[in-house]
Amino acid sequence: MAKVPIQFTLNGSEKAEFVESGATLLNALRDKVGDTSPKGGCHQGTCGACSVIIDGELRLSCLTLAETCSGAAIITTAGLAEGGVLHPLQRAFLDAFASQCGFCTPGMIMAAKALLDHTPDPSREDVVEALSGNICRCTGYEPIIQAVLTAARSNSQNVA
Amino acid sequence: MALALQTYATVEDAETALKAAGTRYLGGGTLVVRAANEGDVGVCTLVRSTDPALTGIDISGGKVRIGAAVTMAAVARHPDLAPLARPARAVGGPAIRNMATVGGNLFAPSPYGDFAVALLALGASVEAGGTTMPIEAFLTGRDDSHAIVTSVSFDLAALAGFRFLKVSRVKPKGVSVLSIAAVLGHASDGTVSSARIALGCMADRPMRASVAEKALVGARLTADGIAPALAAVCVGIDPATDPIASAWYRAEVLPVHLGRLLLG
Ligand SMILES: Cc1cc2nc3c(=O)[nH]c(=O)nc-3n(C[C@H](O)[C@H](O)[C@H](O)COP(=O)(O)OP(=O)(O)OC[C@H]3O[C@@H](n4cnc5c(N)ncnc54)[C@H](O)[C@@H]3O)c2cc1C
Ligand code: FES
Ligand code: FES
Repeated sequence: MAKVPIQFTLNGSEKAEFVESGATLLNALRDKVGDTSPKGGCHQGTCGACSVIIDGELRLSCLTLAETCSGAAIITTAGLAEGGVLHPLQRAFLDAFASQCGFCTPGMIMAAKALLDHTPDPSREDVVEALSGNICRCTGYEPIIQAVLTAARSNSQNVA
Repeated sequence: MALALQTYATVEDAETALKAAGTRYLGGGTLVVRAANEGDVGVCTLVRSTDPALTGIDISGGKVRIGAAVTMAAVARHPDLAPLARPARAVGGPAIRNMATVGGNLFAPSPYGDFAVALLALGASVEAGGTTMPIEAFLTGRDDSHAIVTSVSFDLAALAGFRFLKVSRVKPKGVSVLSIAAVLGHASDGTVSSARIALGCMADRPMRASVAEKALVGARLTADGIAPALAAVCVGIDPATDPIASAWYRAEVLPVHLGRLLLG
């Protein structure tokens, strides 16, 4: 299968790779670029573990072809911590025990970040809706919802 | 099986490429890439077009035109299409809505196709392969269509009488047990003067409830007034049995939910 060149920014850094035409972004990120934070749970769009933010919008990297992301700005959970300091969402997930096995966590954090980027002061209902495409088999969801609400509050305190 | 992707600047060139065996058009990819991931060997080459004709929502001269590549998220946040936010938000979760296109929804088999149900009630026309046809004709012939859908259009005025309901087991996001869309017109005495009712999950693709529509014209939107329409809504349906619901269950609850939509 022919390889095609793609270029994009990943968490602010320029990346250029040759990928197989038709490769999914999930496979390109994990196998080519070495960012294993997006997880392959179902490869069917149902679990949300592969969620990333592409040009400001939450997407499923398992259903996105890498080639269609040429020139895009991609954000993954691996890029959130700055200088060894966890992002408020990561901190809140840790503090609220919102992560058990952790498989869903990078996707949950991406879905939560996509929400908070547009809705910095969400209601509980907003959070439930924002996480509705992400499956967690461990936590029962409540700690995750609380973590997102806590991160939103800590964000607004930082801004104030 | 490895996939290949071909990108074309114009719809015409992409349509030419789609004549080759094993090719499928790529919209948002939520169904077609999923099929490839699941091992559907019928999909070898995906073809897409970056033609601007596929994008944008235009409202002018009392007509709404939505490009086939417009996503559910873009429809849901459009300020002039507020009644359509409901069916657009009924499709999948937030990430799916950022990817799922209007064009792709027209091809989605039951239990999917919630937005196409809305378009059917609105009496939309579908522009594909350089011709424009009523959505009914498009849906009937879609399996044999090799043309690229460029846009859908409908009268802005139809949104005034538009109602939509989706029933799913998982909340807030879940696959349809059924969906119903209706566009009702009213006479000055309050009776229904025109009715278009579209059903999702009652056949392999969205269908009109024609007998119920006729029963509703001239009626009042009261429990007694809509009773003949509810009694007729199951005429001609052939719902599927799938992991979400049995055909029997879908048929049992259809009149109940139509009643709620009409009286709500
Ligand atoms: C987890 C999950 C949940 C979902 N939930 C729902 C739901 O609740 N309701 C619902 O209705 N759907 C749902 N879907 C199905 C799907 O996301 C939508 O139907 C969506 O609108 C399909 O659009 P797409 O652009 O992704 O289609 P694609 O996957 O890109 O294409 C689907 C089919 O349409 C053809 N096609 C696409 N665009 C065009 C065009 N412009 N011209 C010609 N052919 C075209 C493709 O060749 C393909 O055969 C869900 C899917 C997933 C994975
Ligand atoms: S791996 Fe993409 S949604 Fe499950
Ligand atoms: S923490 Fe294990 S799946 Fe969510």
